[in-house]
Amino acid sequence: MALTQDNTTSIFRSIDWWTILIYIVLLAMGWISVVGASYSFDNTDILDFSARSGKQLTWIGCSLVLGLILLLTDDRLFDTLANIIYVAMMALLLVTPFIATNIKGSYSWISLGAVNIQPAEFAKCATALALAGYMGSYNFTLEDRKKFLGALTMVLIPIVLIFLQRETGSALVYLSFFLVFYREGMSGSVLFVAFAAVVYFVVGLKFDNVSMPGLETSVGTFATISLIWLFTLILVRIYVGEYSRLGRLTLWGLLTIGCGYALNCFMPQIKISLILPLLCVVTAIYLVVDALRTHLNRLLLIATFTIGSLAMFYSTDYVLNNVLQPHQQQRVKVLLGLEEDLAGAGYNVHQSEIAIGSGGFWGKGFLNGTQTKLKYVPEQDTDFIFCTVGEEHGFVGCTIVLLLFLALILRLIHVAERQTSKTARIYGYCVVSIFLFHIFINIGMVMGITPVIGIPLPFFSYGGSSLWGFTLLLFIFLRMDAARNKYRR
Amino acid sequence: MAVVIILIYIVRLMSLQLFTSDYKTGADSNAFFKKIQYPARGLIYDRDSTLMVYNESAYNIMVVMEEQHGIDTLDFCNTIGITKQDYINRMAQIKDPRLNPGYSRYTPQMFIDRIPADQYAVFQEKLYKFKGFYAEQRTVRKYSTTVGAHVLGDVGEVSRSDIEKDEYYRQGDYIGKLGIESYYEKDLRGQKGVQILLRDVRGRIKGSYQNGRYDKAAVPGNNLYLSLDQDLQSLGEKLLKGKIGTIVAIEPATGEVLCLVSSPSYDPHMLIGADRSQNYAKLASDPHKPLYNRAIMGQYPPGSTFKTSQGLTFLQEGVVTPTTSYPCYRGFLLGRFRLGCHGHASPVQLRFAIQTSCNAYFCWGFYHMINKRRYGSVYAAFTKWKDYMVSMGFGYKLGIDLPGEKRGFIPNSDYYDKWYGHNHWNGQTIISDAIGQGEVLLTPLQIANLCATIANRGYYYTPHVVRKIEGHDIDTSFTRRHYTMVDKKYYDLVAEGMRAAVLGGTCRGGAIPGIDLCGKTGTAQNHGRDHSIFMGFAPMNNPKIAVSVYVENGGFGATFGVPIGSLIVEQYLNGQLSPSSETKANTISQHTISYGTNSR
Repeated sequence: MALTQDNTTSIFRSIDWWTILIYIVLLAMGWISVVGASYSFDNTDILDFSARSGKQLTWIGCSLVLGLILLLTDDRLFDTLANIIYVAMMALLLVTPFIATNIKGSYSWISLGAVNIQPAEFAKCATALALAGYMGSYNFTLEDRKKFLGALTMVLIPIVLIFLQRETGSALVYLSFFLVFYREGMSGSVLFVAFAAVVYFVVGLKFDNVSMPGLETSVGTFATISLIWLFTLILVRIYVGEYSRLGRLTLWGLLTIGCGYALNCFMPQIKISLILPLLCVVTAIYLVVDALRTHLNRLLLIATFTIGSLAMFYSTDYVLNNVLQPHQQQRVKVLLGLEEDLAGAGYNVHQSEIAIGSGGFWGKGFLNGTQTKLKYVPEQDTDFIFCTVGEEHGFVGCTIVLLLFLALILRLIHVAERQTSKTARIYGYCVVSIFLFHIFINIGMVMGITPVIGIPLPFFSYGGSSLWGFTLLLFIFLRMDAARNKYRR
Repeated sequence: MAVVIILIYIVRLMSLQLFTSDYKTGADSNAFFKKIQYPARGLIYDRDSTLMVYNESAYNIMVVMEEQHGIDTLDFCNTIGITKQDYINRMAQIKDPRLNPGYSRYTPQMFIDRIPADQYAVFQEKLYKFKGFYAEQRTVRKYSTTVGAHVLGDVGEVSRSDIEKDEYYRQGDYIGKLGIESYYEKDLRGQKGVQILLRDVRGRIKGSYQNGRYDKAAVPGNNLYLSLDQDLQSLGEKLLKGKIGTIVAIEPATGEVLCLVSSPSYDPHMLIGADRSQNYAKLASDPHKPLYNRAIMGQYPPGSTFKTSQGLTFLQEGVVTPTTSYPCYRGFLLGRFRLGCHGHASPVQLRFAIQTSCNAYFCWGFYHMINKRRYGSVYAAFTKWKDYMVSMGFGYKLGIDLPGEKRGFIPNSDYYDKWYGHNHWNGQTIISDAIGQGEVLLTPLQIANLCATIANRGYYYTPHVVRKIEGHDIDTSFTRRHYTMVDKKYYDLVAEGMRAAVLGGTCRGGAIPGIDLCGKTGTAQNHGRDHSIFMGFAPMNNPKIAVSVYVENGGFGATFGVPIGSLIVEQYLNGQLSPSSETKANTISQHTISYGTNSR
């Protein structure tokens, strides 16, 4: 008994109160937003437990209890049970589509009488725990292909299973684990390549219809291929370090681009759209030749990147038109502003922009938002909850929320970095990555920056599953953090 | 990375929330449904504050196409009294974007315009069966009288050009079309209010915004009090029955119009409610043009009534003195030129000339004035003459508060220069102007105004039919005296002449026991039978009424003009007609003048 007592007090002494504070403030603001979003001019009782505001209050209460229970459990429990939970969770995900009811085309909700549970929300936590346990084990290293593949498999299994439930948004959240891999030593080039691919795609498509001044070539083509060339040089600079020929490559490249442009202006038959890829190819060949001479294999890889980028750029249209589903093409085009489709795919985002934009500096005040109350914004109390913040609390409210999220993430990174146990640190980064991904995508989509992927905003969106999922994630980490000194001892 | 993302998002927030108001506008047009509150149109009273025009509820039947399906069309048509074909046609019209540019499946569209309240009561009971149909309460004009249509005017739906001219109006609003309904539109219409309602994404109304804090109540239109005497007006309309003509009576001391009759007329009830367009078409195609307000739009030769203005001008210009005599040997003789006159004593002085309506006197005066060396040229002399005429209110619109007034015609020197060539005309060439023939044209209102000016001995107020507007004063243009270029003393002389005409001259038949009426007849020659004209005022001193009567093709002034004018004066001053006058009135009323169908 005495031991337990001691254990409990030490937990409350070493717990990270800052995180708890931010968590509680966010919960409170989240509830206010749900009240605002689900408030109807017909039903003005915000504490009515049959209404969403009342229910959310229940979920919040349950979350707090859940958090407290987690803090009181033995920290070793998570480590021990991680793999069992993971396996059980995957099994649950596997059977979910078969027993789930169809809710808006997705088969991810298991109905338990009065409440619906979405296992995908809890699978994040299970995956994070298992991954942290696996990667935190004594001789794990990402350099080891086999082990890296193992970690990758642990992430890919839930992705595939959740895809099967037609919950694309939730599945994509698992991509955030790549940030963890990066933190744990995965080459940044993987992320860079992914980033570059997105940039080519976006720039190439978005400016496809804008011509360069004086030329036939589109800005999209010009900018993208120039970027490929530029990225190549940057990669050389980063991964080969002192490379004596870099200066020369830069000089010749700039000269070629400049002359090509000028020539194209006066002689239409010399097309810059041919000169630029040629420049990239020549640069790549140059690097290959050099690699063969100096045995610097990295140069070979960079050359591959360059050629791959070109291939990627020229296949963009093909991918868009043949690989993506029509509604996905639509979303991509709307997002890039290529198509105005305010009634269809662009409707949600347009309405959410109106709602946020109409809030102005101070907002319209609590319960005074018209766009959200009158249901102009769809999914306004779940995925589009940030609209309510924008409309009722304005720029000030939004900024406070954004800064609170930033504070939470920075604090979690700080806490993760101070972990003595590798498992705890990796788990911490899992938590950070998941939060970051949710915030980035969710707030980005309501403001029309990122694509519309239906994932909730932590602590704000209405719903027990997601709230408990995030609480689990967070408090398990806090519990681990509270125990950090024990391992040092 | 997290910091960068958050910073980018804050910048995006700024661009959404702080740097543009587009989204705010978008939000307002999303969520606010501005329901127009229609004000009650101002009421119209007559001279004795008896209600003449008021409002009655009527209902527009509106349809929302999106919601309208599966109704019992037959039942619907029977209930509102239309045929199935009407129903199909109307639906097609609503959907036609050319006829109905603002069409939307989701908003109420006008199905039937203003059905009366009793018909609506039946419809309302079945309304629950007709999904997608709604009623919108509006008002229709109602009249407690059948007279005065030309003054009262009417109300109709705004045209597209009305909407373009004044952004106050929306499709389906009503606007005054004729008469004072049109002239005093801004007073009568009041001010529309607005109720701001919240509308959800499906277009359903979710209550009022902020408990109506930003709503604006409709302001009812101002009531108008006419100067029209209803009894006088209806007597006038009765007297002109079966004849084309006008009666205009003015209170000289104020310029208030006591009656303004233009015959043929119509019952104002014809232009209200659902039958309006049908009746309007009927009236518009009538060859006798009942919609045409001859009292202010008709331009006629004034005939001998014009001689009064000539006498005044000659006296003021010193062309004649009160004692100047001109010979009249059955007409005006100049060389071989001759303009006939009827038999009376000679020579004649002004007073006697007016009493007997001597042509020769005024021709001599006119001839001497226009050919007088003093002015330097015929051109200058005639210009001077024209200035006198204009100062008496001729040649330009008087500015009565009714739409469509015409200016009449007073030729100027340039007109004759163009006609005859410079220096190729003189007083003799245009001598018929002196006796109100020739090129001179006046409106019956201008003749009445001439009479009122003589009654006032030298000034007039712009005639007007509205004496009082609830809420503010009438326009100052109606309360300002307009002096002519002639002195009061000369007017006295003319008034005496007009009195003498009643006592023992051309207007003998108009004498009313106990009332010292002054009058002047006129007989205007034209391609058909002569027009019968009269103008007169009474009492001679401190006059209360000045009247002009014009009966097209009525013959001599004494035939219709004098008795009608006399009856009007008697009715107004005595408040009723004596039994013998009553008989006379009935006789005149029953007398019909036959006009060809292609008459004006």
